[in-house]
Amino acid sequence: MNVHEYQAKALLAEFGVPVPEGLLATTPAEAEQAARTLGTPVVVVKAQIHAGGRGKAGGVKLAKSPAEAQQAASEILGMTLYTPQTGPEGKCVRKVYVEAGSSIADELYLAILFDRAVERFAIVASTEGGMEIEEVAATNPEKIHTVHVEPNLGLRDHQSRTLGYDLGLPTEQVDKFIPFIRGLFDLYLAKDCSQVEINPLVVTEDGRLIALDGKINFDDNALYRHPEIAELRDPDEEDPRERAANEIDLAYVGLDGNIGCMVNGAGLAMATLDMIHYCGGSPANFLDAGGGADKEKVKEAFKLILRDENVRAILVNIFGGIVRCDLIAQGVTAAAKELKLSVPLVVRLQGTMASEGRAILADSGLDITAAETLQQAGELAVAAAKGGMA
Amino acid sequence: MAILCDKNTKLIVQGMGRMGRFHANLSLEYGTQVVGGVAPGKGGQEIGGIPIFNSVAQAIRETGASASVIFVPPPGAADAILEAAEAGIGLAVCITEGIPVLDMARAKSALAGSSMRLVGPNCPGVVTPGQCRIGIMPAQITMPGPVGVISRSGTLTYEAVDQLSRLGIGQSTCLGIGGDPVIGTNFIDALTLFEADPETKGVVMIGEIGGSAEEEAAEFIKSNMTKPIAAFIAGQNAPAGKRMGHAGAIIAGGKGKASDKIAALEANGVAVAESPAMIGETFAKAAPELA
Repeated sequence: MNVHEYQAKALLAEFGVPVPEGLLATTPAEAEQAARTLGTPVVVVKAQIHAGGRGKAGGVKLAKSPAEAQQAASEILGMTLYTPQTGPEGKCVRKVYVEAGSSIADELYLAILFDRAVERFAIVASTEGGMEIEEVAATNPEKIHTVHVEPNLGLRDHQSRTLGYDLGLPTEQVDKFIPFIRGLFDLYLAKDCSQVEINPLVVTEDGRLIALDGKINFDDNALYRHPEIAELRDPDEEDPRERAANEIDLAYVGLDGNIGCMVNGAGLAMATLDMIHYCGGSPANFLDAGGGADKEKVKEAFKLILRDENVRAILVNIFGGIVRCDLIAQGVTAAAKELKLSVPLVVRLQGTMASEGRAILADSGLDITAAETLQQAGELAVAAAKGGMA
Repeated sequence: MAILCDKNTKLIVQGMGRMGRFHANLSLEYGTQVVGGVAPGKGGQEIGGIPIFNSVAQAIRETGASASVIFVPPPGAADAILEAAEAGIGLAVCITEGIPVLDMARAKSALAGSSMRLVGPNCPGVVTPGQCRIGIMPAQITMPGPVGVISRSGTLTYEAVDQLSRLGIGQSTCLGIGGDPVIGTNFIDALTLFEADPETKGVVMIGEIGGSAEEEAAEFIKSNMTKPIAAFIAGQNAPAGKRMGHAGAIIAGGKGKASDKIAALEANGVAVAESPAMIGETFAKAAPELA
């Protein structure tokens, strides 16, 4: 789960990480008032969306007076930002964060994430602040410094000190860098983050270290023990279909093709997308109905698939282990009748109670195309979506 | 003798909720020696004919259990894994999906030096056809034979096993290693076991997007595996930055793409199936003597 910059900064401040003072605004008048309250000669008006690259897209503006802040906010609020991370549909700006300007002497990069290769936390630092870290890794890998933290031992000061000196910081700044990383790491553990990224971490002209931008992602599996984090979810930032899926406990990812998919299990669901592509078609979604798929869930899944207007055919691919194919078949027939399904439906049932399931489909009187193998399922679905049933 | 489990394995079940009971029963029906269940506070009772104990240590003392399957819900699952290790069991298979990464990172690190092998979490378990079923796999689609199957996915494992069985190619052991970022047994561990097992003559490996486990396995295969291997990588058409169901299945920062994994495997002599429908066929072509 992602949060906005203003929410991330509040969390950083709570853990003692220095951030610029700032206020949230949803109207130009509020932005003007915020700039007045902050009282600094310069403020920065920043679009609040869940994507990086805002500056280049025109979502961050400097203002030298409250009137300029109002003007900047009126330009940014309501605009749709297109950045490499928003996708082609862009993201509409509904809030801006008005922040006190900082005098910048130097820009650094600092992040904490979990490194799967060594199963430890990695603290990554670079002198190339303000740039995409992937770009630095590609062009100047020697400028990226990493230490690994053992999960039970936790962060040790010598690790932060080593990083600080590796970045070329003088001792008086290393002394500030150590508590800075400590606060960040405490936050990472306390809130079950999956990534915390400070880019840039600025060194001000008077020698302070400040988190000028902050991006935090959280481990979805741990949200059950952080209701205060779960509350920060912004539904406006999520794909409405993915949000609806989330509410009924289905894993769904919207894609841009025309074959709606319902599959049990993440691996088979990914493989089903691959199968459709291999047969020359294009899937409309990834949908893992999970191990608890039953009649009710199947119906909800169908509703979700059909919310996508591009869907021209539906492929149901179930390999029953825990899941019983007869229950799936009941769900499919009930959903097709209730929702007055108007697109062709291809169903493949294998595994637990598959023959019972197939009998239910055959006896339903509905126009359902049965597939035996994965290959057939792919071919039939692609043909159906193209309008000529095989 | 297959790997990890056989007809001599004595299994206990940690977490006797609805799922635990249901699958304990299916394993019993398959012929697995399910010797006990662990449910704190219910020690001394019986559930579905299975004696219940308050702790893993107690269960081992009373039954001589050699393996445990864990169905404990996410908040207590990592602790259940550590309990199994401290009690001195040889194998723990954790089925639980949704354990926080932090919990598993700590548990895995604490297991260093332990003699227990962990499989999973978020995995379908282990089946040695005709002998032992640990976990949730539909064991009826398996058949005894020479091929070891390793997979990060559950249902896609069934698909691969089914394709092999339909071609008359049986399996030595089928093993789901799990779809989470932190898992106990990885591809390299499983490949090592299959290479050493005299009854396994070839391997089918099912990977997916995310992380670099497949690339590391490819590197390992080059210098350590003599047996023929066929593979499939799921998620060739997955968009970047989206978590595809499994917590570990995500292309992040340009890393973890299917194309890189396929290239690494092919460069090291692994036959990679073009489509998920051709996993069995691809193995049959790579190892005609076993087909």
